[in-house]
Amino acid sequence: MTDTNVTTFEREAGFGDYVALLKPRVMSLVVFTALVGLLVAPVAVHPVVALSSIVFIAVGAGASGALNMWWDADIDAVMRRTSRRPIPAGRVAPDEALAIGVALSGLSVTLLALAANLLAAGLLAFTIFFYAVVYSMWLKRWTPQNIVIGGAAGAFPPVIGWAVATGGVSVEAVLMFALIFMWTPPHFWALALFMRGDYDAAGVPMLTVTHGRRVTRNHILAYTVLLVPVALGLGLTGIGGPVYLATALVMNALFLSGAVTVWRRDETAAEADGYRAEKRLFRVSLYYLFAHFSALLADAVLRAYVPGLW
Amino acid sequence: MAIKAEHEIHRRRLSRNVGVGLVLAAFVVLMFGLSVVKIKSLGATQGFDHVVRPEMIETAQ
Repeated sequence: MTDTNVTTFEREAGFGDYVALLKPRVMSLVVFTALVGLLVAPVAVHPVVALSSIVFIAVGAGASGALNMWWDADIDAVMRRTSRRPIPAGRVAPDEALAIGVALSGLSVTLLALAANLLAAGLLAFTIFFYAVVYSMWLKRWTPQNIVIGGAAGAFPPVIGWAVATGGVSVEAVLMFALIFMWTPPHFWALALFMRGDYDAAGVPMLTVTHGRRVTRNHILAYTVLLVPVALGLGLTGIGGPVYLATALVMNALFLSGAVTVWRRDETAAEADGYRAEKRLFRVSLYYLFAHFSALLADAVLRAYVPGLW
Repeated sequence: MAIKAEHEIHRRRLSRNVGVGLVLAAFVVLMFGLSVVKIKSLGATQGFDHVVRPEMIETAQ
């Protein structure tokens, strides 16, 4: 009896464990990009409706995070970076994570439909399905292109934000989607180049493991080259402006030069300086997305308060 | 005899209960605010069933 009680006590989760289950760092990126998508749209939204919609989108993202952690608990336990997550650490039971994920998915989609519109809710439902089922269950353990296709799930939030405001999807929303979609592979592969060992141990087919690091470097450059016209093209649409175009020029030059540097190196050179160029490219990629979406927001503010500037 | 022993598990449960309580309270406030905005955006409605009544708009004009 005593043994049973001790086990029960150790498994009991604190509030922070449930928050961790919803992947708050991913959620913050989702909130930011969805908010920008909503605010740059040419249709004004009541602040309470906007706040509610962003909260429901964030809850939906959290729900898909919980479902992902439920499904991936076995590989999370093997990888150093994820071994302290609530399920592998034994603080949240797998069934509990599944229940939370399913319940929050249903709640967030239903409430977004009521707060905004059916299209936004449908896109949120598709995003949760894409991340939890298509990416986590099908692609992640099956193909080294997992990051590429799975990146679509992370690219949807600004489209959902745009749909909340306009009730539709247009070229601006598609280009915001494409920006995140094309950015994701070089971002993750730069990380995979210097986080060696972790994915090998878990048996996840990352490009670095299945096709080697030379091929990964080629892929990083190819995707970065394809990313540049998408980023600059977004600046020529109705939501672009001087701030965005200036930011896009600077950030794409930095990202492209970083990708070329990483492409020209081999493993010997990378190991010699502790993967400095790869780490720098990863850091630039973090600023890259944040800068682009902040610039879109800045131009929207300028358009609203300084008429005739653009 | 009252049980007073404080175990680490009690602190964890308290944190969880307070956290869930605050989240639910915030959810209630959000839903109330959203309801007010949605109902007001309907225009001329009557309070007992919140249904739009065009005849009220004509009367107002």
